[in-house]
Amino acid sequence: MLKTYQEINEKIKKGQAVVVTAEEIIDLVAEKGTKRVAREIDVVTTATFGPMCSTGAFINFGHADPPIKMAKVWLNDVPAYTGIAAVDAYIGATELSETQGLSYGGAHVIEDLIAGKPVKLKAVAYGTDCYPRKEIETYITKDDINQVYLYNPRNSYQNYCVAVNSSDRTIFTYMGTLLPKIGNATYSSAGQLSPLLNDPYYRTIGIGTRIFLAGAIGYVAWEGTQHNPIQERAPNGIPLGSAGTLALIGDLKQMSTNYIRAASFYRYGTTIFVGVGIPIPILDEEMVEFVKVNDAEIYTTIIDYGIPRRSRPMLGKVSYRELRSGEITIKGKNVPTAPLSSYAKAREIANALKSLIQEGKFLLQEPIERLSLERTFKPLEISREEI
Amino acid sequence: MVRKKIVLTFPPERVDKPITYHLVKDFDLVINILRAEIHEEEVGRMVLDVEGDEEKINQGIAYLKSQDVKVQEAARDITLDEAKCVDCGACTAVCLPKALRLNKETWKLEFDKEKCIFCALCVKSCPLGIIEVKF
Ligand code: SF4
Ligand code: SF4
Repeated sequence: MLKTYQEINEKIKKGQAVVVTAEEIIDLVAEKGTKRVAREIDVVTTATFGPMCSTGAFINFGHADPPIKMAKVWLNDVPAYTGIAAVDAYIGATELSETQGLSYGGAHVIEDLIAGKPVKLKAVAYGTDCYPRKEIETYITKDDINQVYLYNPRNSYQNYCVAVNSSDRTIFTYMGTLLPKIGNATYSSAGQLSPLLNDPYYRTIGIGTRIFLAGAIGYVAWEGTQHNPIQERAPNGIPLGSAGTLALIGDLKQMSTNYIRAASFYRYGTTIFVGVGIPIPILDEEMVEFVKVNDAEIYTTIIDYGIPRRSRPMLGKVSYRELRSGEITIKGKNVPTAPLSSYAKAREIANALKSLIQEGKFLLQEPIERLSLERTFKPLEISREEI
Repeated sequence: MVRKKIVLTFPPERVDKPITYHLVKDFDLVINILRAEIHEEEVGRMVLDVEGDEEKINQGIAYLKSQDVKVQEAARDITLDEAKCVDCGACTAVCLPKALRLNKETWKLEFDKEKCIFCALCVKSCPLGIIEVKF
């Protein structure tokens, strides 16, 4: 190993660390070669800003007088899950408002909280000796509630498929509006800037890794749900479809709406764009080999969403360079492409994290445990009850 | 006399038919072609300003429909709240005339209203709901 985490952190503290983004390193390696870059660069910053449904926030409201054991909770008419403790709740991004339908959901509550807006809290209870109150209605803001932290069971997907629609009608999906007869193709990854595409075997991104989460300092808490490391990989180690994922945690009170934004997909529902930035330490030449990856070397699979089955037909593979050119060829036909994940925002986040590290405000944390490279991704089979 | 702005979508098999000619000749309409283009798969789109007797306009539209041409009343204006845009690009997926495009250097959204055919497809496709149709 050329450098240790401790050595890199010492340099960061002295304001001497050399930090570049995952985009900038591509040209640097081409110019100077792997060996020199491994010596000269300390940290590479990666980032992503894409819609990720599996996002939510844990809230502890604090106790009212007389106290209440909240059995059911609504925030701006969006139900939150309360089977945790008396004044704890979890609000999920995809939970919909009971009054506003698909246009407002948990994602919007989270954004409103981060923005500092007052959110209506309504709760009902059955009343107990220690918690006699049976209902409460009030307004909260992130500053007056006890605690609120984002917990994101799944984020930073290591690659994702390209969506097209071969059917005869327009379909509205979490991959956006898909025009009939393969009229367009959408994709959702920051490609060469994406965290897990720059560390394909999870050497430095693991449980405990300190990250930039929507403007706050956060951590990788666990492997993400649907973590699928055994996905087919190209010879360079890059998965050819959705593979690893991360579960993330961070203090919502420190977040900024510049880096997290509620979304509502037409006829699909609500979700949320979450900005994530993850630093990758250049420990040795192997890490340079990984982080130098560019869009031309990252491939993903085209999937037909026109067929609503678990195993949808695959229509070939395509690189991010081709996707970013604005047009790809499917079955001999030119198809316009569009992203869903904001490359401009990912770039902004990679640069914001780079500045934090350069200014000595963000130290690297070595993972406490590595993410699984073997976990299998299981489907849900429908079985009949045994007679 | 009334004026209407309409968007016509021609199926592939009608792209080469002189349909606008019939609007002028058979229904006595004054037409001004604001935009016309043929997309992949030979789907044609045209934005027309039509002026004439209201009854005649309706007959003209009925004629277009009988020819399998899709007729939409065009929105007057499409507005975009640029300050709130996150440059995700979801709206560019449905904008076939490429009025909404991501700049390949900055990856920021650019809106070239000159190219817009007022189909309003982008309105539903923006997950932030920041594109609006103003009539
Ligand atoms: S209305 Fe929207 S989708 Fe249609 S052409 Fe104009 S900008 Fe593009
Ligand atoms: S879909 Fe909405 S937020 Fe995304 S680029 Fe278009 S206008 Fe901006």
